[in-house]
Amino acid sequence: MISDLISNTLRFAILLALQLFVFNNIQFSGYVNPMVYILFVMMLPFETPVWLILFSSFLLGTLLDIFCDTPGLHGTSIVLLAFLRKFVLNLFSPRDGYESNTSPTLYQLGFGWYIWYASIMVLIHHLSFFMLEAHRFAELHKTLFRTLASGLLTLVFALLYQYMIYRPGSAKS
Amino acid sequence: MRNLVVFFYRNVNLFVFIILEGFCLFLLYSRNHYQKAAFISSSNRIAGDIFTTVNSMQEYFHLKETNENLAIENATLRNLLRSAYHAVDLREKIVNDTSYHMQYRYITAMVINNSVNRRNNFLTLGVGSLQGIKPEMAVITSNGIVGITKDVSPHYTSVLSILNKEARISAKIKKNNYFGSLYWEGGDYRMATLSDIPTHVPLAVGDTVTTNTFSAIFPDNILIGTLSSVKVKPGDNFYTLTVRFSANLKNITHVYVIKNLLKEEQKALEEKSQNDK
Repeated sequence: MISDLISNTLRFAILLALQLFVFNNIQFSGYVNPMVYILFVMMLPFETPVWLILFSSFLLGTLLDIFCDTPGLHGTSIVLLAFLRKFVLNLFSPRDGYESNTSPTLYQLGFGWYIWYASIMVLIHHLSFFMLEAHRFAELHKTLFRTLASGLLTLVFALLYQYMIYRPGSAKS
Repeated sequence: MRNLVVFFYRNVNLFVFIILEGFCLFLLYSRNHYQKAAFISSSNRIAGDIFTTVNSMQEYFHLKETNENLAIENATLRNLLRSAYHAVDLREKIVNDTSYHMQYRYITAMVINNSVNRRNNFLTLGVGSLQGIKPEMAVITSNGIVGITKDVSPHYTSVLSILNKEARISAKIKKNNYFGSLYWEGGDYRMATLSDIPTHVPLAVGDTVTTNTFSAIFPDNILIGTLSSVKVKPGDNFYTLTVRFSANLKNITHVYVIKNLLKEEQKALEEKSQNDK
């Protein structure tokens, strides 16, 4: 449990820094802006209490808002994601439930499961984020395009992250 | 009441979510006047510090582009500079004083060509007869003499530097007014020779040498330099003196040309006396 705490705190800091200093600078023609920081919410252990997920993701989103000068924007979408995480996990739950003391990672649950889980999570976050950012339906096709383009890139980075941390040779799936 | 507590307890996550999300949405929608929430913007000092550091690192990636822009901007600005134009205005300040008759008029000038490494050195100034320059006027900087004007065109003036074998300037020791002749023997551009001062005059290294009015060119007491060596050759009645110029003649940029308004009067009188003899 302690090692979970440390590793997740570290991931919090690393993802925050990566997002601010690397991924926020990746902007192809103003459409694509991958947001890898949601990996923090996606990778918290199954047993993490929901209120803790909510508070930590609120903190992450607010910190990003402070640095990006977008009050409330990151916060709203990541808190929503944190709240809906439980339902998404239930949606993809195996017949006999998740193993205790594990995290929703590619290493634990395999490629097929992970890609579904990650896609839904990324979609929830990116859709709410870009809808709130655009804040009008007149540009709906643009907003959807941005959601899809950025979402795909975020998904690629999410998979890369999984493969970087968990070597393919050791995967159980 | 108890049921209410149980209700809250069971749905604690929902309430936490509602509170946090509500706070975020509040921030989002009050952004138009988020001075109220200024603590949460990037004017926040810590965020500012961090961004300054990150920016200073990111700057390196844009150096090439930035340099190009700066070069273009520099060229544009240089075209606007005063030095790109030839000044035609009269750069002199005239003081009207009823109790003193003005004798010397100072005209500022820019040095546009200079040399110190030849035996006979000249300077060129960016002022000419249009600005009232005439031959044989004194040229000084703020901390020492430079030379005497020689030839004048409408826009330019050629100056006989004191680093020229033609230039001989009447100079005096400031502390006792003994005068001699200052000239340059070539070599070091920081040193000149002062001759014709008799050996009975008490002199020391470091004494100040200034101009005098004998030639009707320089005003009195313009600094030339200080004595850097005081020697007497055996059997000689005059000192061999070396003067270190106070002005660095190698890097002068702005000079004053001094117009002696009473020069003609002085010269005419002196000539008359000599002819009468």
